[in-house]
Amino acid sequence: MPRPATEVAGGDGPDGRTPADPSTPRPRARSRRRARADAGGVGPLGLGVATLWLSIIVLLPLAAVVAKSLDGGLPAFWEAITSPPATRALQLTLIVSIVVTVINAVMGTLIAWVLVRDEFRGKALVNALIDLPFALPTVVASIVLLTLIGQNSPVGLDLFATHWAIGIALLFVTLPFVVRSVQPVLLEVEKEAEEAAASLGAGNLTIFRLIILPALLPALVSGAGLAFARAVGEYGSVVLISGNTPRNQVASQYIFDRIETDRPAAAAAMSVTLLLITFAVLLLLRLFTWWRTRNEG
Amino acid sequence: MIAAENVEKHYGDFHALRDVSIEIPDGSLTALLGPSGSGKSTLLRVIAGLEVPDSGAVVISGEDVTHTSPQKRGIGFVFQHYAAFKHMTVRDNVAFGLKIRKRGKDEIARRVDELLEIVGLAGYQTRYPSQLSGGQRQRMALARALAVEPQVLLLDEPFGALDAKVREDLRTWLRRLHDDVHVTTVLVTHDQEEAMDVADRIAVMSEGRIEQVGSPRELYDTPQTEFVMSFLGPTATLRGEVVRPHDLVLSHEKIDDGVAVIIERVVHLGFEVRVELLDEAGERVTAQTTRGRAAELGLYPGQALFVRTARPDQIPAL
Repeated sequence: MPRPATEVAGGDGPDGRTPADPSTPRPRARSRRRARADAGGVGPLGLGVATLWLSIIVLLPLAAVVAKSLDGGLPAFWEAITSPPATRALQLTLIVSIVVTVINAVMGTLIAWVLVRDEFRGKALVNALIDLPFALPTVVASIVLLTLIGQNSPVGLDLFATHWAIGIALLFVTLPFVVRSVQPVLLEVEKEAEEAAASLGAGNLTIFRLIILPALLPALVSGAGLAFARAVGEYGSVVLISGNTPRNQVASQYIFDRIETDRPAAAAAMSVTLLLITFAVLLLLRLFTWWRTRNEG
Repeated sequence: MIAAENVEKHYGDFHALRDVSIEIPDGSLTALLGPSGSGKSTLLRVIAGLEVPDSGAVVISGEDVTHTSPQKRGIGFVFQHYAAFKHMTVRDNVAFGLKIRKRGKDEIARRVDELLEIVGLAGYQTRYPSQLSGGQRQRMALARALAVEPQVLLLDEPFGALDAKVREDLRTWLRRLHDDVHVTTVLVTHDQEEAMDVADRIAVMSEGRIEQVGSPRELYDTPQTEFVMSFLGPTATLRGEVVRPHDLVLSHEKIDDGVAVIIERVVHLGFEVRVELLDEAGERVTAQTTRGRAAELGLYPGQALFVRTARPDQIPAL
């Protein structure tokens, strides 16, 4: 059997890193982190400004709402979020958001795929159209939906004040998240890896499942996470079409309602609950992505 | 045997392959050699099924596979930039084709270990591609391609992304691997030295055509076109005759068909000495000689000499 020369086995990669003997673990993560701080760090001033800004813009308001929610102590907080209207709103919000996120993860990936891999006339237009839900004031989306699927629907589809209407509104406003996260990654997917898989006998579906999807996963998960967070907190696009009946009230409407009826502690309690759920979901997704990609260079 | 018959391929206005026919004997290591844009990679991808020719046929082992998908051609393909499956370990990369073929777990494990041993990556099973050097990644890619026991191994500039030193080691290693494994191999390269070092047959390509096919020696000694002559090594023109610089004989005495020249520059390159000459008409000619011969002649710039082309009987046979 031919054995490669030792120079080959220890040869430098194009990135100049010298791989060590397989038996010795390499302190890779640590040296990388240090290298980054040396090369492009902003220094203590930059760090200070960033921390201060984050504190004023993000942490301070959050702290205020948390403090408000605990006005009546923990028991009052618990009572506020376990009251039937609160749990009903929370349940509805979470279920619809999860369903909408899953649908948009699939459809968003498909649309990104078409935009990256297919050539057709009007592609630039479609590409621009994707951002419309971002750009449009959400209440406009609500009016559009009200005209289309409201009580005077021109297509005879009256979904006013149903869960469906909420779902459709959320699908509309969260679509761009997945498309825009997946699209750039899909552009970068190495065509040669797909061809290599094909030459080894993998069919198109297998190639997608084993080669492309793992590459897209971090972007897909982060896009879906953002879509979920947006869906959980969405107000404007839902406000008109949902009818705001007690059985068809999403969490944000519940909050607005408590404020209107002068129960700010209950509003704050629900706000903090939404905050915690969203934060936990984003954190979990991030951990999942880190865990999946920890070995890729 | 693999054969391409009258293959034509266009990319828009670009005529990538012009009526290309070539036969690649079983067990050979054939290099497709040519400058970039000569169509060599396109021809390889047509053989692999990664490109469909506009017309013509591809035959592998007597079977017309022109319209067979790459999945079903029984090929192994190695890319210039490794095309590693980044999210998989070395073991899973090499096992990929076997898993697709639904081989048993034990068989896959045994075969993967065996292949990693062959390519010198034993012990690297649980590494990820990002933890390997370029040369190691390419050897992993080779193991992955060999795992499915392909009828043909197709290598597209496999050493193109590597450092010069690693590249030289790997091609010696590939040559030995081929002697052991004996799989019919087609290698695409733009590096004539690499082609002559590794391949037993070379097809020189230019502008979508095959210029000449033959052994490295044949192509070097009896090139049929000026393109082959100039692509396979340096050339010198003396009185309109194109020869290799080492076929120019220098001498102090006036010789029959000699041309009077003045030495412009003497460049010592180790064993080889390059002598840049200027003839009476002011034309530049570069001759190549050995260190010993140069010392014998005592060459120095400004010196007047005579130069002629060596007669074929004076070219020492190897």
